[in-house]
Amino acid sequence: MTARYSRRAALQLGGLSAAALTAAACGVQGAAKQQPAAQAESAADKFWKAQKKTGTVTFANWALYIDPNHQTLKDFTAKTGIKVTYNEVIQDDSSFFAKIHPQLASGQSTGYDIMVITDGLEFSELLALGEVIPLDQSMLTNFHKYAGTPYQHRSFDPGNVYSVPWASGSTGIAWNPKYVKTPPTSVSDLWNPAYAGHVGMMSDPQEIANFGLFKIGVDPESSTQKDWEAAATVLKQQRGAGIVRQYYDQSYINALSKGDVWITMAWSGDIFQQNLSAGTNLQFIVPKEGGTIWTDNMMIPKYAANPVAAMQLIDWYYQPQMAAMLTEAINYITPVPGVQDIIKSDAASAKGSDKATLEAVASSPLVWLSAADYARLKNYVPITSKNQSTFYGIFQPVVAG
Amino acid sequence: MKRWRAAAVPYLLILPGGLWLVIFFAIPVIVLISLSTQQGNVVDGFTQTFHFANYASAWDNYHDQFIRSLLYGGIATILCIAGGYPVAYWIAFRGGARKSTYLFLLLLPFFVSFVLRTVSWQYFLSDNGILLSPLKSAGILPQNFRILATGTAVVGGLTYNYLPFMVLPIYVALERIDPRLVEAAQDLYATRAAAFRRVVLPLSLPGLFAGVLLTFVPVAADYVNAAILGGTGNTMIGNIIQDEFLNVQDYPTGAALSFMLMAILLIGMFSYARALGTEEVLEVAAR
Repeated sequence: MTARYSRRAALQLGGLSAAALTAAACGVQGAAKQQPAAQAESAADKFWKAQKKTGTVTFANWALYIDPNHQTLKDFTAKTGIKVTYNEVIQDDSSFFAKIHPQLASGQSTGYDIMVITDGLEFSELLALGEVIPLDQSMLTNFHKYAGTPYQHRSFDPGNVYSVPWASGSTGIAWNPKYVKTPPTSVSDLWNPAYAGHVGMMSDPQEIANFGLFKIGVDPESSTQKDWEAAATVLKQQRGAGIVRQYYDQSYINALSKGDVWITMAWSGDIFQQNLSAGTNLQFIVPKEGGTIWTDNMMIPKYAANPVAAMQLIDWYYQPQMAAMLTEAINYITPVPGVQDIIKSDAASAKGSDKATLEAVASSPLVWLSAADYARLKNYVPITSKNQSTFYGIFQPVVAG
Repeated sequence: MKRWRAAAVPYLLILPGGLWLVIFFAIPVIVLISLSTQQGNVVDGFTQTFHFANYASAWDNYHDQFIRSLLYGGIATILCIAGGYPVAYWIAFRGGARKSTYLFLLLLPFFVSFVLRTVSWQYFLSDNGILLSPLKSAGILPQNFRILATGTAVVGGLTYNYLPFMVLPIYVALERIDPRLVEAAQDLYATRAAAFRRVVLPLSLPGLFAGVLLTFVPVAADYVNAAILGGTGNTMIGNIIQDEFLNVQDYPTGAALSFMLMAILLIGMFSYARALGTEEVLEVAAR
């Protein structure tokens, strides 16, 4: 659901056979294991009391977030003596879930101590299946001290029982000003027949549903099945009129840069990174009807071998200086307010091209959304195992054409 | 004792490969069939309810993609024959001492990942890419002409990616033909065309059959080309199956679609073999 270039296609080759095995495992087991909150809390207390400190921690994260030898990780090892193995193994939530769920369901460790999952279907499934460990709140001192208020109160994980944010981003509209002369302001610009054959939409039903709902003027978070059907209808009209060129995964960013696509649904951080790394002049807005905000969250999978070290590393990223270094690297929205000032002062003391890059990060409206933009950002349609098949039954045929 | 051992040898020889197939092919296929009639979701688990309606709804929703896959597969296979047969013929009869070099050149693209080669097509065929940009600026093509995100691009990519699978078996069959047979035909006043039609072509049919098998089956089930080169109306059944498993998490529908695809391809292949004379073709192909 989030950023990172077109690695997904490469994965797809191996993906299908892996998924078949997943399915085999799921065919015979399942059964929700979510416990009542109080019971979960006391179980968590007991769990954490029994844990010992360990000298290593394995981090599963999305490709192209940070370098596996990033300074924040080196500093962590220098300070704590804990060795970090950083793996860029997550290309999207669904295929990562398809990989770890059969392992966890059969009682095996995934080999990871921290993983980063976007709030969405897979996130709620991991919670419902009891496949993540409740965090030890007593070890989250930096988080409680420095995290911004909205990031401490998230509807999908009240009380941060299972997760804390890694970074957030928004889904909006990006365009290439070489082809699109009047800057778009509205979701309806994606339906503009003048751009027929050059409009990109996302292939993930969880993403595309929101934009169909914005188009008909409905807030995704409170939408009903009737709204979904109406949204699917306008999306199908858009496809039927030949306006949509393709339903893209991460590859939309290449299509946009090359000029195959002129205007597209896009993730904020991608556009900033692409402009910085490829010298393009792509533009991004949160449309007036609304855009969506997503959060990638750090979680500890069940059977993790080094949970204490995992907690230490999770909290490590909430020191403002570390959060600043992280934002400088990934260009996504940080959960730690005050980071912008740190980056500004870093930029002031830096030299040469570093200085220019840091200044760009410090002042980018894509990394620091304006209050007006924030106000327009909405949450996704909440998908659970109950409404999942209805939801996909309505939106999957849109992209499956 | 000795005789018993001698009798057991063929069975023992079959054991490693046979077990491998049973464990990694037969069992997953059985699981797949079982899964295809189950109901449920990931969180509550899937249970066997013999819900055969999964097949009906899968067909209702996705028959377009099935038909499209067979169509694309058919066109790509024919293009592979049209492009591949002459290449195989030329290497087999005119390749001389450099045959192995030519074969190596044919296989050279395989040293680059399949996905990367397809992605590079994306750059090549891009609306303003190296192919279309000059043609558009010269006024030969209209400004809004495109190849990428069309069925043409998908079939083109499929043909390109699977061409060697057609060339190699045809080459093997042609290579085995004794050139003196062709000479003999010509001595008996056959024209070159007649010699080809009545001697070379029939003798190369087993290779052609193997080539069709090796291209059509994977091409019809391919999903990479449609994902990378296709547009909104070019989705193939492989893409749907992948989405059902990975995105939608509707494993029963995915399993039903996989099994239907397998059944359609098997029936198609057997009737094709029957039409060409099963015994003969399979035997010669195996020789």
